[in-house]
Amino acid sequence: MMKQYINTWVVAGCVSLALLVSSCTKDLDREPFYDQTSASVYNDFSNYKSILAKLYAGYAISGQQGPAGKPDLTGIDEGFSNYIRQYWSAQELPTDEAVIAWNDGTLPDYHKMTWTSGNEFIKATYDRIFYEIAVCNEFIRETTDDKLSSHNISGNNLEEAKHFRAEARFLRALAYWHALDLFGNVPFSTEKDEVSASFFPPQINRADLFSYIESELKAIDADLVNARQNEYGRADKAAAWTLLAKLYLNAEVYIQQPKYTEAITYCAKVTAAGYALSDEYRKLFLTDNNTSPEIIFPITFDGIHTKTYGGMTFLVHAPVGGSMSAAAFGINGGWAGLRTTKAFVARFPDPSGNTDKRAMFYTNGQNLEINDIFTFADGYAIAKYRNVSSAGVHGSDQTGDFPDTDYPMFRLADVYLMYAEAVLRGGAGGSAATALQYVNDLRTRAYGNTSGNITAGQLTLDFILGERSRELFWEGQRRTDLIRFGKFTGSSYLWPWKGNVKEGKAVDDFRALYPIPAADRTANPNLQQNTGY
Amino acid sequence: MQKLRLLKYVLLLCFTAFSLSTYAQTGNISGKVTDETGQPLPGATVFIKGTNAHAIVGPDGSFKLPANGNITLVIRMIGYQPIERALTINGTLQQDFQLTADTKGLNEVVVVGYGTQKKSDLTGSITAISSKDFNKGPITTPEQLITGRVAGVQISSNGGAPGAGSKIRIRGGSSLNASNDPLIVVDGVPLDNAEVKGASNPLSFINPNDIESFNILKDASATAIYGSRASNGVIIITTKKGKVGQQMHVNFSSIQSISQKEGIVPVLSAGEFRQVVNEHGADAQKALLGSANTNWQDAIYRTAFSTDNNLGISGAAKWLPYRVSVGFTNQNGILKTSSMRRQSADISLSPRLLDDHLKIDLNVRGAITNSRFADQEAINAAVAFDPTQPIHATNAFGNYFEWLDPTTGGAAPYTLATRNPLSMLELKNDKGEVKRSLGNIQFDYKFHFLPELRANLNLGYDVSKTEGRTLVPAYAGNVFNRGGMDKSYSQTRNNKLLDFYLNYAKDLKGIGSRIDVTGGYSYQDFIRTEPAYPDLNAKGDTISAAGVPFKTQNTLVSFFGRLNYTLLDRYLLTVTVRRDGSSRFKQHWGTFPSAALAWRINQESFLKNSKVLSDLKLRIGYGVTGQQDFGGLLTDYPYLPRYTIGDPTAAYQLGSQYYLTLRPEGYDANIRWEETKTYNAGLDFGFLDNRISGSVDYYIKKTKDLLSVIPVAAGSNLTNQLLTNVGNIETKGLEFTLNATPVSTNDFTWDAGFNFTYNTIKITNLTKVKDPAAQGIPIGTISGGTGNTIEIHSVGYAPYSFFVYKQVYKDGKPVEGGYEDLNKDGQITPDDRYRYKSPNPEFLLGFNSQFAYRNWNLGFSIHGSIGNYVYNNASSNNGAYRNFSYENYLANVATSIRETGFAVNQYFSDYYVENASFVRMDNLSLGYSFKHLLKDKVNLRVSGTVSNLFVITGYSGLDPELGNDKVGTTNVGEGIDNKFYPRPRVYSLGVNLDF
Repeated sequence: MMKQYINTWVVAGCVSLALLVSSCTKDLDREPFYDQTSASVYNDFSNYKSILAKLYAGYAISGQQGPAGKPDLTGIDEGFSNYIRQYWSAQELPTDEAVIAWNDGTLPDYHKMTWTSGNEFIKATYDRIFYEIAVCNEFIRETTDDKLSSHNISGNNLEEAKHFRAEARFLRALAYWHALDLFGNVPFSTEKDEVSASFFPPQINRADLFSYIESELKAIDADLVNARQNEYGRADKAAAWTLLAKLYLNAEVYIQQPKYTEAITYCAKVTAAGYALSDEYRKLFLTDNNTSPEIIFPITFDGIHTKTYGGMTFLVHAPVGGSMSAAAFGINGGWAGLRTTKAFVARFPDPSGNTDKRAMFYTNGQNLEINDIFTFADGYAIAKYRNVSSAGVHGSDQTGDFPDTDYPMFRLADVYLMYAEAVLRGGAGGSAATALQYVNDLRTRAYGNTSGNITAGQLTLDFILGERSRELFWEGQRRTDLIRFGKFTGSSYLWPWKGNVKEGKAVDDFRALYPIPAADRTANPNLQQNTGY
Repeated sequence: MQKLRLLKYVLLLCFTAFSLSTYAQTGNISGKVTDETGQPLPGATVFIKGTNAHAIVGPDGSFKLPANGNITLVIRMIGYQPIERALTINGTLQQDFQLTADTKGLNEVVVVGYGTQKKSDLTGSITAISSKDFNKGPITTPEQLITGRVAGVQISSNGGAPGAGSKIRIRGGSSLNASNDPLIVVDGVPLDNAEVKGASNPLSFINPNDIESFNILKDASATAIYGSRASNGVIIITTKKGKVGQQMHVNFSSIQSISQKEGIVPVLSAGEFRQVVNEHGADAQKALLGSANTNWQDAIYRTAFSTDNNLGISGAAKWLPYRVSVGFTNQNGILKTSSMRRQSADISLSPRLLDDHLKIDLNVRGAITNSRFADQEAINAAVAFDPTQPIHATNAFGNYFEWLDPTTGGAAPYTLATRNPLSMLELKNDKGEVKRSLGNIQFDYKFHFLPELRANLNLGYDVSKTEGRTLVPAYAGNVFNRGGMDKSYSQTRNNKLLDFYLNYAKDLKGIGSRIDVTGGYSYQDFIRTEPAYPDLNAKGDTISAAGVPFKTQNTLVSFFGRLNYTLLDRYLLTVTVRRDGSSRFKQHWGTFPSAALAWRINQESFLKNSKVLSDLKLRIGYGVTGQQDFGGLLTDYPYLPRYTIGDPTAAYQLGSQYYLTLRPEGYDANIRWEETKTYNAGLDFGFLDNRISGSVDYYIKKTKDLLSVIPVAAGSNLTNQLLTNVGNIETKGLEFTLNATPVSTNDFTWDAGFNFTYNTIKITNLTKVKDPAAQGIPIGTISGGTGNTIEIHSVGYAPYSFFVYKQVYKDGKPVEGGYEDLNKDGQITPDDRYRYKSPNPEFLLGFNSQFAYRNWNLGFSIHGSIGNYVYNNASSNNGAYRNFSYENYLANVATSIRETGFAVNQYFSDYYVENASFVRMDNLSLGYSFKHLLKDKVNLRVSGTVSNLFVITGYSGLDPELGNDKVGTTNVGEGIDNKFYPRPRVYSLGVNLDF
């Protein structure tokens, strides 16, 4: 009786187990709890702006958790993986404008100009640029007209989505321009390429990439919001014009063809759009620079909502050391890293800042000479970026870690100087008088009066290079400028520790381009190395 | 009382015997059955050969059996050599028996996956260690019971923190980025390797005193039945249970111990430091020198007392064998403030019903672990802190001396300076409580109509709940700027298991064969939830708003089968296959087969009668196993195109609003299993009734489709490094085990065990496209600089090979910045770095001995490692005058400065890669047993143990044996000596009471 009962029970158990087995295999199709998938995320229009926010944030922060955690890039310290920090370092550290005291891996190789294709910081710069391109590609791919209609996006939402998509294309063009400028011939992928673990993007040559960026920036003009009409932080037509102007100004470097006339055309579009210079130079680098009428395109930061160890956190903390009061910078302490060389200091007739207010040197306890790059006291410090407002109020982060200051990626003064340079270099469509006026506008602001103004005869190309450095120092422009003027490599211009000797020495011309990181050449067999590496 | 006991015996006998009634009984035999040391052996069976008459030995070792005339008495006990004795009984005979342990007893039953097998029938490489062979002393975590005991198994604790986990490697591991931890199965429930928050060791919830045995499955023919989780070997833990017929037995044990630090990181003394600063420092630095003489490393450590008390009660209430135990562990770490308190309870019930046709095993165990974690950054801080400064000073930072920011007039600490290590410890209250329970109920039913067929159902769970909180007051130096810290965390884990299998075993006498077939199904589901908490300061102000909570799930569904075929008792074949489905892959399914053959050579007629050779078995096996565990940092959904929500601290301003970001994650839609093929050949041997026994195994493991995080072609995916299937690793090795009893007399025995492993591991491919110029993937983050890595995974080399410059020496001293130009391009660039050695040991050694003289017992165990290298990060990061060249503070210097004289840290010099081969005596234990106390009812054993007695090594740092360098469950480096929590030397006194 008992046996029979048990046997029946066992048989019943086996049958029900068999049923259970078939239903349990369905449990293998697990879906995430909080994350969405590309199949579902685009059904809800409110998600679009969050994805767009990520494309912008790709320039500002290092991941999905501020200041660190859930990084976008791995294999490098997260603070170092930040876009602005990397781009800034690649543009400023190998020049006369900046040295850094830290003994982090191959970081010192930047200023020594001895980098190799294994340099992890160059790799991080490169990785960050192509990460930005990849996430932009993803959004652009998922927001084609067909896709938008398949997700039932219509009416105002559709209009908005088109602006978003144009902005994504702008952000991608900006990243590709950085790739063009820093690396030259780079892997190329667009929204037409699917995300894959085994796709090897082909290498595009510099000239073709130039054309692609140019055509993209022109193609999105209609869909971008008019100049100065978009929300703060978002790119508008003027941002794209500024980028086109920069592309054309450097065309002789990129494609060995002068495009100064086109540069003037796009500078003029920007200057006609109603921007104005900030009344004081220093205000461009303070927490309330979001109110500046001069900034065309910022990368935004916030002490509470947008935290990173790169970006403005780096630019505010790293230059503070020695006897500098961290509190005066609105932070809890400096990182004792960045200073400048005497070659840059000499660009100002009076380094005290009493004459030209852009001479923002901190000299107390600092030596003008750099005997040891690792010593913070060697080299004048620079007090440009601060986490305080123009009224002296500290930023919102009570810990003093993360600044509110935004990074001025494009600003009117740069456009003024580009206009002047393009005119001097023979571009058509501009006027020498306007060029001189623009330069003197900047000098009047810098001096607080017209005493620093120059004459038409003084406005030479050499003066432009010097003025760009005085006006735009530590704003990520210097390397590109020196290359355009033929002074980055070679021996025509030497600065302390160029080529790893104190007095500076000639550097091979191939260093005007960075190497394609060795790791990507391993990952992608389509890539040829830049000459010289 | 006496009556009751008798009744019990009668019941017992009724329960187990078939019939006693057919014999006329006029006499009887009684006596005691003990082991070599005189301990009673409850549960042993005594029977009269050729009859069904038998008795079960009671808890005090006694038995009584009706018998008459000339009989042959047989006494048997699992794990002991049986005794057969011819006797003549006239009336009453009193006779005692002593069984000798059969350490390699061939009749020993070994737990294998989904069943058991006789040891003699094994075809795979399996090592069984039972409780009598466990390491002795104050052991609080299970894996330490078998450190050094098993060939091919490396167990290194992750330092001396209370309850610290261990790095466990079976045959060196076979994965790169995926987990190299073995699968651990407790009473049939496979554990997941996911991090249990708030516990430094995921195994610490098991009270070591509850463990009966470890079975370590090493080759694929043994492990493949676990399929996709078996590539790194399997450790099966079986807990103690009550036995049928056992009288109530109480065991109480108590260990009191004292831990002391055994060494420190070598740095300059206050006097030496003062001299060095005066010689090499600038005036500003000389001015910073203090007048104190502080040994910071003495200051952060303490002598710590710990206790461990356990009570176990086992027995059988009629048909219900049971075991109940409780444990109280209170362990204090030598690093001040670190402690762990564990309360554990374990209940197991093993009813045998329906004439033994239905066996039920119910196990429920739970533990509450309360830990206080010390800030291990304090270890580095103590190494680097200026020894001329006092510990305490009158100030606003809790009166701990701190370096101040002069630009604030001393109102704030100087942020770049080293913080006061004592302040970091004493002001940080980082507590976590973990409640974890693991249980299962297993039904094993032998069909009445077909007793050869068994059905087995196992239902199990593993749940845990963690709550933790870190509090630091506002005045503490290291969080002064943010006004202190109040940060909470919690986690729940909920894992479920269902296993079902049928087993059919039958002797086919006609053809001299035996078959044993198993087929089954397994379902296991893992859910982990981690809510998000805001990061507050001491006042309760939000420093960072709460992020996105975390929840993840993965499921494994499997079908498995095994065939054991035995021909003529000497030719053995095992074939297994497992088909695993994992929710982690789009293509869920993978198949993992194995086959093994064994030949019991000694059973052949030409050897069968050998007096010398008692066992000789040749085994060969092949199998494929898988890997799908890629650790906690990576996702359970690697094939899905996910969009994840960012935290409010990583939002972006568009207009006047901050938008949370949605990030498209990198993914590989085609990601699949990692596969390891293992070839194994082994020989088991035994001489002189296995008084000398051992085995030799040679193995090759080839892993393909490694789950690796590799740089992905820029622009092709939504990340720069992607988890994908790339690469191959090859492991080869030789294992040798020898166990012997060199001396065995009535008074004195000596048992010795020796094991030896040779293992090499090499990456044979690491790229999607062949590229001989590929350098590899940098790994191994060090202290010093930001993001500096010292190791690399490269093709042709061991994983985690050190990637360094070749130091140039002059007059025996390293030349600062002087490196060999290995690529001969005329300059020293990072391309001149080379791969120099690796942390992987070439040889592992284990040696243990037990000496028993009458009631005395002396034992020790030693383990060693040869050919493993360590990067001495403590020395490289502190070994330069630059340490005190910064503004506003001084930092101490490693003693290596005396040799190097480096001005600036030379992190990448191979000077700091040192041979860290070592031999360590894990424990030395002396015990005395007081037997026959209180009319033979009580046994008392007292023992004293010294753990970590000595280390012999040429390594110049603190300890050559390092554990895991993990973030979450992902390895970030190995063999990097940095803020290592020193292993203490522990003196302990234990009392063990049995009645």
